[in-house]
Amino acid sequence: MNDATTLSTGWSLLLANPLLGPFLEFGFMRRALLGCLALSLSAAPVGVFLMLRRMSLTGDAMAHAILPGAAIGYLVSGLSLAAMTVGGIAAGLTVAVGSGLVARNTVLREDTSLAAFYLLSLALGVLIVSVRGNSVDLLHVLFGTVLALDDPALALLGGISAVTLVSLALLYRPLVLECLDPGFLRSVSGWSPVAHYGFLALLVINLVAGFHALGTLMAVGIMVLPAATARFWVRRIGPLLLGATAIALLASLAGLLISYHADWPTSPVIVLSLGTCYLASLLFAPHGVLRQQRPASTHLRA
Amino acid sequence: MTRTPSSSNPRRAALIATGLSLALASPTLWAQATAPVKAVASFSILGDLVRQVGGDRVAVEVLVGPGSDAHVFQPTPAQAKLVGQAQIVFSNGLGFEGWMSRLLGTAGYKGRHVVASRGIKPLHNEEAGEHKGHGHEEADPHAWQSVPNVMVYVGNIAKGLCEADASGCDSYQRNAATYNAELKALDTDIRAIWAAIPTTQRKVITSHDAFGYYASAYGVKFLAPQGVSTDSEASAKGVAQLVRQIKKEQIKALFVESISDPRLIAQIGRETGVKPAGELFSDSLSDARGPAPSYLTMMRFNTTALTQAVQGQ
Repeated sequence: MNDATTLSTGWSLLLANPLLGPFLEFGFMRRALLGCLALSLSAAPVGVFLMLRRMSLTGDAMAHAILPGAAIGYLVSGLSLAAMTVGGIAAGLTVAVGSGLVARNTVLREDTSLAAFYLLSLALGVLIVSVRGNSVDLLHVLFGTVLALDDPALALLGGISAVTLVSLALLYRPLVLECLDPGFLRSVSGWSPVAHYGFLALLVINLVAGFHALGTLMAVGIMVLPAATARFWVRRIGPLLLGATAIALLASLAGLLISYHADWPTSPVIVLSLGTCYLASLLFAPHGVLRQQRPASTHLRA
Repeated sequence: MTRTPSSSNPRRAALIATGLSLALASPTLWAQATAPVKAVASFSILGDLVRQVGGDRVAVEVLVGPGSDAHVFQPTPAQAKLVGQAQIVFSNGLGFEGWMSRLLGTAGYKGRHVVASRGIKPLHNEEAGEHKGHGHEEADPHAWQSVPNVMVYVGNIAKGLCEADASGCDSYQRNAATYNAELKALDTDIRAIWAAIPTTQRKVITSHDAFGYYASAYGVKFLAPQGVSTDSEASAKGVAQLVRQIKKEQIKALFVESISDPRLIAQIGRETGVKPAGELFSDSLSDARGPAPSYLTMMRFNTTALTQAVQGQ
């Protein structure tokens, strides 16, 4: 047996490996994995801050708010990455800033003003799409295409990920303070609005990234579920950020592989594997229901 | 001078009689004198066929216009009104317009409903290719992709119009015969073009699996990453199988169709090194300025595009 045949036997063994094979054989699987990696690195930490600020449902509302912008971008110039990104970010930021201004300056609280703004945005989007006809490709906009990420889309996801990580590092202290005691932060420094609006901007760009990869309906999943899962295991914010990122990454890898082997559509499988992690942690993790409610046979802690 | 009653004027009476007999004898004059028959067709291709058979005597409105997808169509109130006022309604049948019976009910339509595909031999999904569940019917509805089927459609349309407007029946039959001769020529041309290409080379990838009838009529193999409907999402396994298949069978023709996700097709093209070959028209015509504004131009456009792509041009 010469070297070449040894090499090719080794290669076919690797290709037959159920975990590595799909990624070695197919470029689109590697791209999907890379997209999920970028998304996990940025969306999961954003999700942790969403959870700590009790804004997880805000994330969902914002995901609806970006859809019309993306739809308008689509109607103007087709399935163009740039147009849908700009449209989505513009619509998301308008809703975020508008509802934030109303919440901070009028009698209405954040939840109501956000609901009002995102409903307006959604209705406007549905109206424009219906008047312009052709609703077909909008379904493809709603369900993303993690399997169809091309180079510009991957570059966008990577860029959004980098911007998010740098911004989170810069905003870390005011953000944590804003989570714990927003009144205190507002009284001692001018960073409160910066932290608030900066964070909303991060939320919007990450939702747009998630929407390119997983679709509008599923984008919030990779944000909220890893944070919620990590919270059952750890309490401190550092471990929460690391844990959420790791869970997002592992679950999206598992989702890709399940979609590959079981022949199921990719985005829902990724979100469902995140959901499975959440449900398992809910039951069995240190802060989950089973272990928390068991009578203390030994002392728990000091 | 006294006024004489017109009937008593022999010259004038003769004139009227001549005019009347002329009008009765000439169908075109008669047609221009009466209001056209109001017809509604469910989608743009069928609309074109009804126009060809109906000619000037029939005013055709189309519900699902060029570039839209009849699978996921939602009627507007204005369209329900249109249907309510129609004298005859044409649909494809075979489960293509799942919304049709509900629309006819809502619109309170009691008139004639012609199912244009009646009498053709439907293909079923196993025969038509790798289809997944279509939701309602297992028969493949895209029967117009085979020209001989459309000649049956034309017969059904002429029969329906004759029943709705007996006085124009001769005209409809004549138009149908003329158009069927054109269809016959088209069919011969398509067969001749494909005959020049080896059978092993006649393999095409397209994102919408609507060409089952074209495949069986003209001996071309169509493969798709998604099922027959535009509403299913692709899985990683499906895409991987297709990539393997393209590489193994050395397929050259890859089409991005106007009504399915072009990003996925582009990704498969990158993966295999095959250059995506543009559009095919499957479920709708293009608008008047596009390359396929009528059924005849659509079939010729598709055939040219397909044969060039499989030859790697």
